[in-house]
Amino acid sequence: MIFLWAFLVGGAICVLGQICFDVFKLTPAHTMTLLVVLGAIGDGVGIYDPLIEFAGAGASVPITSFGNALVHGALDEMKKTGWIGVITGIFKVTSAGISAAIIFSFIAALFVKPKG
Amino acid sequence: MLKGHQSWLFENNPVIAGAAAIVGPFEGQGPLAMDFDIIHGDLRLGQDSWEKAERTLLEEAANLAIEKAGITKESINFLVGGDLMNQIISSTFAARTLQIPYIGVFGACSTSMESLALAANLVNSRSAQYVMSSACSHNATAEKQFRYPTEYGSQKPPTAQFSVTGAGVGIVTQNGKGPYVTSATLGRVVDMGITDPFNMGAAMAPAAVDTIQAHFRDFRIEPGYYDLIVTGDLSKVGYAIANELFDNNKFPIHQTIYKDCGMMMYDYEKQQVQAGASGAGCSAAVTYGHLLRRMRDKELNRILVVATGALLSPISFQQGETIPCIAHAVSIENEVRET
Amino acid sequence: MSSNDKKYTPVQQEYQALAKKHEPKRPVLINCLKAFLVGGLICIIGQAVQEMFVHWAGFDEKKASNPTVAVMIFLSVVLTSLGVYDKLAQWAGAGSAVPVTGFANTMSSAAIEHRSEGLVLGVGGKMFKIAGPVIVFGVVAAFVVGIVHLIFNPGAVGGGH
Repeated sequence: MIFLWAFLVGGAICVLGQICFDVFKLTPAHTMTLLVVLGAIGDGVGIYDPLIEFAGAGASVPITSFGNALVHGALDEMKKTGWIGVITGIFKVTSAGISAAIIFSFIAALFVKPKG
Repeated sequence: MLKGHQSWLFENNPVIAGAAAIVGPFEGQGPLAMDFDIIHGDLRLGQDSWEKAERTLLEEAANLAIEKAGITKESINFLVGGDLMNQIISSTFAARTLQIPYIGVFGACSTSMESLALAANLVNSRSAQYVMSSACSHNATAEKQFRYPTEYGSQKPPTAQFSVTGAGVGIVTQNGKGPYVTSATLGRVVDMGITDPFNMGAAMAPAAVDTIQAHFRDFRIEPGYYDLIVTGDLSKVGYAIANELFDNNKFPIHQTIYKDCGMMMYDYEKQQVQAGASGAGCSAAVTYGHLLRRMRDKELNRILVVATGALLSPISFQQGETIPCIAHAVSIENEVRET
Repeated sequence: MSSNDKKYTPVQQEYQALAKKHEPKRPVLINCLKAFLVGGLICIIGQAVQEMFVHWAGFDEKKASNPTVAVMIFLSVVLTSLGVYDKLAQWAGAGSAVPVTGFANTMSSAAIEHRSEGLVLGVGGKMFKIAGPVIVFGVVAAFVVGIVHLIFNPGAVGGGH
């Protein structure tokens, strides 16, 4: 079942992005930025985590979950160490994603030439 | 000599003594493939970077044009050329290799005719014996500088155009065999407030119409004088708009055949190019390859090539500016024009 | 009265209307369908990867999301390196741009492209060309959300510093 919901929810978030492209004529950068902010707000009001429970990868794979993870980092750290956590905790949860992206991209650049 | 407000009549009959058009693999799959001198199979031309490939393309076209004109590099007085790169490095570095006194020009995709007009003027006014006129572009360098990295997955809208990988070079001289460059009209910057860099056809169409109308106004002739009027790279969207503008202005373009290089370069059915081709190399390669061949075969005797350019930069666009455009027209004829 | 009227002359406005008329309509519905299919499929792959980490590597659901994201990013970098991701994107649109694979594509494509400018200024300096705004705005948004929580929910904030 979770696979079905992953498909439907993930697809729906992508449709949101496609509407940004085709109806609002936003660039990919603007669209992804908007989605990240929406994900952050989503976690701020507490709806994104339940969405991940419900739809699994359908909510954790789209870029919106990046915003969710950033907010998680901030809130978790604030819970532990007080208000300073809003700055010190932001990257804690997303470290895997960003580190992986940087490292793999760097390695790719060493070995691969663009094909055009 | 000056004709009208913004045109030159080349009364001393400069000729195109030699020309070359060299393109990349994608262009070689298009309908004009047989008319290009060389079609490269490797988009990088065996070089280390896209930028080096573009300048190699230009150098090859220059050398081939020199060979076809039957002269040596040393005979050429000036190289008037440009491209789309920042600081027009493709042309500059080619000029370094060729060691010809260099006049770099930037007209975006209108560069081919801007440089040909200047070259013809230099020869016509006896300010030079041989002048090389060049323009080039490369799909990957254009994407990298103006849009996105080439491996980036962005979905192009139907108004987008595909930058041509190609170089076109012509050598103009006073006496010789070859079609005559008979006149030119230099355009002014026209900006109708279009802001979408993925819809340059719409931005450039008014400039093309403005220059074409100026040409016929300055010379007091009718469009029917030419066998073909061809714009540089308005492509599908810009071409349709230009036709409507001509109709609205009651300009009798239909006295002759009106086409667009951007719509001629690729096969719309087999090649995914959205609205069509663009790039400084587009009008250059089509003119020096395909159109001159048709003139040699006497299929065409008098043509007006109107190259069109969008003069934006990534920063001007990011700062919310609109897209100013320009078009330059040059007439090429098999016979000397009677004045 | 829109602010555009102040910026453009009547001739320009008339032309823009003409240009708009000639703009080919984007196939919005079909694009959305394609985005839905590809985006959904990528999420299914993500779910499968996550299940593998949970069942075969003993991670719990929460902890599995980190290696899952890393695997998705790896797959995207491979497809980008093979020159395949951009071809997929023309068809899939947001379906390939919105998942985290799209994020990895922005970074790897920029890194690969700018290798010709050297490792430091090219690869290092340009890697975040397209992904930068996502990170900047994500962090700023998280900061704002955190501050809002601080103001409206001070009980949730721990003590001890």
